[in-house]
Amino acid sequence: MTNATVLLEAIGEPTRRAIFERLAVHPGAVGELADELPVTRSAVSQHLKILKSAGLLTDRAIGTRRIYSVDPAALAVIREYFDSFWTASLAAFRATAEQPAPEKS
Amino acid sequence: MTAQTTATSVTTAVDVDAPIERAFHVFTAEIGSWWDVDKHILGAELADMEFQPWVGGNIIDRGVDGSECRWARVIAYEPPTRVCFSWDINPRWQLQVDPQNTSEVEITFAAIGSGRTHVTLTHRHLDRHGDGWEAMRDAVGSGWNLARFAEVAGLADPP
Repeated sequence: MTNATVLLEAIGEPTRRAIFERLAVHPGAVGELADELPVTRSAVSQHLKILKSAGLLTDRAIGTRRIYSVDPAALAVIREYFDSFWTASLAAFRATAEQPAPEKS
Repeated sequence: MTAQTTATSVTTAVDVDAPIERAFHVFTAEIGSWWDVDKHILGAELADMEFQPWVGGNIIDRGVDGSECRWARVIAYEPPTRVCFSWDINPRWQLQVDPQNTSEVEITFAAIGSGRTHVTLTHRHLDRHGDGWEAMRDAVGSGWNLARFAEVAGLADPP
């Protein structure tokens, strides 16, 4: 399971977030990302490395290029979030519903 | 209480010591009485919530400054057994105006005898939120209190 702290650090940086969002739309290589974003190729590489180690990206080699894309497993993040959110919310709902109904005035 | 997940949905269920009519009423009309006051996307503090009881209605958050946010569209309203609404909040915790990119929450109520109710909640089509999952987690840290989330989720060590 992806560690939440690592994940937060990985996406807390604006350029990395921009890279991730760009890759969520279209998979791409380092060069394309460097062309589109106001950062150097080596900076993009560093960011990709961090995003990948956080489990947000996968990559594959096509010829001499390495294509990065968003890991479908990253969807697990949103599931984990809502799972926790609704479990806590329904517990609060139950506590309220089990209280005596307020008297009508 | 149980929780389970599929690829693009989560389901949670709970048994409530209350008759089905009351369970339905508390979930809808009294949503503001149990909803976590920190869980909203208003700029101001949450003052109250309104669940409009008809198909096409909204769930509306109102702030102490008079601002409001209609963050859900009521898709089904069938008291006391079923209610369904859209989740019009994107992964950046902003209002999602394109229905194609919204998910859906369905709650069903089933009587267990006369005084208890089994409540099942399914939040589905989570994949429709598309890109920006990371932003959702990020926003949990800034908008929706991360420490509280981490505590609930048990995902992070306490500071």
